[in-house]
Amino acid sequence: MSALHKAEALIWDIPGGIHPAERKELSNRTPIQPAPLPKRLTLPLNQHIGAPAEPVVSVGERVLKGQLIAAANGFVSVPVHAPTSGTVSFIGPQPYPHVSGMLAPAIVIDSDGLEEWIELTPQPDYRHLENSALVELIRQAGISGLGGAGFPTAVKLNARPTQKIHTLIINGTECEPYISADDLLMRERANELISGIDILVQLIQPDQVLIGIEDNKPEAIAAVRQALAERSYQLKVFPTKYPSGGEKQLIQILTGVEVPSGGLPADIGMLCQNVGTCVAIHNAVIHGKPLISRITTLTGEALAQPMNVEVLLGTPVGELLAFAGLDRSKLNRLIMGGPMMGFTLPDFAVPVIKTTNCLLASTTAELPPPPPAMPCIRCGECAEACPASLLPQQLHFFAIGQEHEQLKAHNLFDCIECGACAYVCPSSIPLVQYYRAAKGEIRDLEQKQLKAEQSKQRFELRQERLRRAEEQKEAERQARAAKAAQAKAAQAQAAPAAASSDAAATKPAGLSDEQKKLKIEASMAQVALKKAEKQLATHASPELQAQVDELRSAAAIAQQALDMAMSANPPAPAPAPVADDGALKKAKIDAAMLRAQVRKLEKLEAPSDEQQSELQQLRSQLEAAEKLLASLEAQAPALAAKPAADDGALKKAKIDAAMLRAQVRKLEKLEPPSDEQQSELQRLRSQLEAAEKLLASLEAQTPAPTAKPAADDSALKKAKIDAAMLRAQVRKLEKLDAPSDEQQSELQQLRGQLEAAEKLLASLEAQAPTAPAKAPDAGASDPLKKAKIELAMKRAELKKAEKAGSDEATLGSLREALAAAEQALHQAEDASGKPAPELVRTDKKPIDETTRALKTEVAFARADLRKLERDDSSAADALATARQRLTDAERQLQEHAGS
Amino acid sequence: MSLVLIAVLALLALCLVAGAILGFAAVRFKVEGNPIAEQINALLPQTQCGQCGYPGCKPYAEAIAGGDKINKCPPGGEATIQALADLLDVEAEPLDAVEGEKPQMVAYIREAECIGCTKCIQACPVDAIVGAAKQMHTVIVSECTGCDLCVEPCPVDCIDMLEVGSTVQSWKWEKPLLPGQLIASDREQAA
Repeated sequence: MSALHKAEALIWDIPGGIHPAERKELSNRTPIQPAPLPKRLTLPLNQHIGAPAEPVVSVGERVLKGQLIAAANGFVSVPVHAPTSGTVSFIGPQPYPHVSGMLAPAIVIDSDGLEEWIELTPQPDYRHLENSALVELIRQAGISGLGGAGFPTAVKLNARPTQKIHTLIINGTECEPYISADDLLMRERANELISGIDILVQLIQPDQVLIGIEDNKPEAIAAVRQALAERSYQLKVFPTKYPSGGEKQLIQILTGVEVPSGGLPADIGMLCQNVGTCVAIHNAVIHGKPLISRITTLTGEALAQPMNVEVLLGTPVGELLAFAGLDRSKLNRLIMGGPMMGFTLPDFAVPVIKTTNCLLASTTAELPPPPPAMPCIRCGECAEACPASLLPQQLHFFAIGQEHEQLKAHNLFDCIECGACAYVCPSSIPLVQYYRAAKGEIRDLEQKQLKAEQSKQRFELRQERLRRAEEQKEAERQARAAKAAQAKAAQAQAAPAAASSDAAATKPAGLSDEQKKLKIEASMAQVALKKAEKQLATHASPELQAQVDELRSAAAIAQQALDMAMSANPPAPAPAPVADDGALKKAKIDAAMLRAQVRKLEKLEAPSDEQQSELQQLRSQLEAAEKLLASLEAQAPALAAKPAADDGALKKAKIDAAMLRAQVRKLEKLEPPSDEQQSELQRLRSQLEAAEKLLASLEAQTPAPTAKPAADDSALKKAKIDAAMLRAQVRKLEKLDAPSDEQQSELQQLRGQLEAAEKLLASLEAQAPTAPAKAPDAGASDPLKKAKIELAMKRAELKKAEKAGSDEATLGSLREALAAAEQALHQAEDASGKPAPELVRTDKKPIDETTRALKTEVAFARADLRKLERDDSSAADALATARQRLTDAERQLQEHAGS
Repeated sequence: MSLVLIAVLALLALCLVAGAILGFAAVRFKVEGNPIAEQINALLPQTQCGQCGYPGCKPYAEAIAGGDKINKCPPGGEATIQALADLLDVEAEPLDAVEGEKPQMVAYIREAECIGCTKCIQACPVDAIVGAAKQMHTVIVSECTGCDLCVEPCPVDCIDMLEVGSTVQSWKWEKPLLPGQLIASDREQAA
């Protein structure tokens, strides 16, 4: 920067502009006064452009002067500091200086008058600091542009890290009438100002620094010139014209370069800072003081002593104006900002914020209400006054017609809302308001468009996701169906395959694959045979008999083939139990599927009658399936004739135990287990215990080389089954939500039985490894089982009939059948020599319709009462009625239960 | 005679050539989907609320392209009807909705009452509700379109539709009244 630049340099002019009455002499004759400390300060969280700060103090907390009370929330945000020491008395919506008069979130501090500073960390030696540390200091000091817009200064300094800033412009223009805050600041704080500029220069290293001041502030010019001393910053003085203080206008005046439409000064390598901001930067870096006060002009004819004050942020404007001697009778409009760009304040409670450069208490004579707007006469004055070279008249018509595309095409968003056009308009059209409304509308629409686009995207993604899920489900469904079909086909082929397995058997059975195949064939033949036998048992016919015979021979052949294969390969496991295993597996699967269905139905919240009956039916089916399974399990070891049978049983027992253990663990993992889950867990644990016992006993058996009498095993199994059934009954009862006394006692009884059964089981298991001949004959238990199944089926039929509302005759006959089945069962039990189980369950009374209705009534009454209790606004008598209803319902239910 | 024949043949040849070009163009430059429906869809507010009687904005856009009325979108209101009328060059009609134009709404879940049934999550067309079974749910305000579809499935009625109030940030200037619409004494108060 050469001496050449130092000479009174070139200045340029801006298009348009106006010369309103300056009226600065009202307030610029007295020095800056300190404003009195208010009792209560209101600090809005959003005193800048960007995201509101986030409070970091709580109500009741004592804060010190300069303490951070709200932290910046995001990059374009600015923290807020306590302007004085005191107590945080409120955090929430408070009056806010805004045209709308709406409340905005703020922190309220009750000052204690002590003005106790927080510990400061001055950095007078900032030249050693890193740039980032310096910017961080400015950010943490809560500095935003003090000129009027309030853009976060630290963000501005960081805006284009890649773009070299070659020109730093310091704005001391203050072009709006009435305002003299920057004038006084430059007069009294020129040294601080220059120090602040030094910091900025250190930070951005510009090629030139231009300080622009209008020629109506000779004292300020002199003061700054003196403070500049030998520095190479250029002080540029230019003629007064409104709005030369606008950032883009000032750049044009000082450099002759125009900021491109829609661009920022940084785009052309320039940075503009207000003089007040520079002083704030000086305070923040050199003294470590955050931005907690500012210089504000108090002016207007309604004030007795117009002046400039250094005021703490958050001071209510009412108190401030009272200090300046406000005469409320004279006051017409209270404006924050200047008469051209300021806005009318809604009330006196709003606080001074970081952007408050002026409070103008005007009289009616001073700022008369604008005359009614007349139609535009197309004089073109506005176009001549516009400093941005726009066409205000055209924009006006487009704004009326809501032609947003045209507005954008005519660069509405380059309008700085300076008000020059409205000032010169002979028809007094409030042009700026049209532009502001149009801008707001366009931004709003753009916002909506953006949101619609986002919603559309989310909706489409969701649809796509749902479609994919559906497709996957469908694919799985098809895969399952295909698998089922395959299994069916394989089953159908089993019989012929068994017949043809002769050939297969002749082959050397050295390969385990072939052995497996043989095994499968044999077991399938066995299954087919069993099925046919069952069918034969129900409807005996000569054809069936023939088929069964055929199947039997086929199964025998398959068995033989397998035996041959096995004998050729001695260490192979026994095939016979495998056949049984197949049936067993099938039975197990059936039982599991039925169980799943029953559970599904039980889960339904409000089952219809139809579903209820279906559930009943499924339950009986399940019972039957479980019985069949039990009998198969009992048979399986009995049929095992090979020494290897024990081996299979041992494996099975091991697997059972492992599976049970896994289930128990799974249930234990559930954090808040429901009662149902609890009981299930209990049950599973006991099962696990039994399974482990069985496993232990089996393991004890295995070392014995000879085959055990199968009968022994079957007794053990039977005992186990009894225990399991009892357990199931207990569990069923435990599941009941509100068991009656009767059910409770029943449960107790069942538990006793269960214990006894388990004891028996344990003793049997203890005997099993040693006692060979003590087992009851297996033949006797078979009819017993049959009788039991018969009874269960009869009971289910009766229930079904009852549900379906059959006539008395049918019901009677069914009841007789049930009684007969019971008799048969008793006989069978006598014959089997076992103690008859106490068939308590058959006496269980089902819940009748009245009880159900009463219970429903109780539940509804309780729900209503709770709802009312939750609602604070509900009337006391409504509550009382609801309570009465509940007690009545409960009483009725009790009466009914008692009867 | 030969002159007539030549003319006929020449025209026939021209027709064939032009037809071939048109046929080729119809295949080569075929536009996927319905461009009109796409344009209409871009004007709809995408709340996916179904108040028009169609399952989402796109189906309604397709229906409009197929000749349905343009005044069935309450969330879009008069602005959308006007935009559609301009696009399709038809007469703008008054909104066909019982309650008329509604302000922008947002769903709010009273979290203390939420039982975590996930029914609202399944109902939300834009996945603006987060939560899991037996866990409290909440609405992502910035994503909520205010379509109300979550209100009805809630078994405990814990979802409210709240009006999105204007804040200092979202406030916008009113357009001034046109000359002649305001008398001088009112003007003073308005200023």
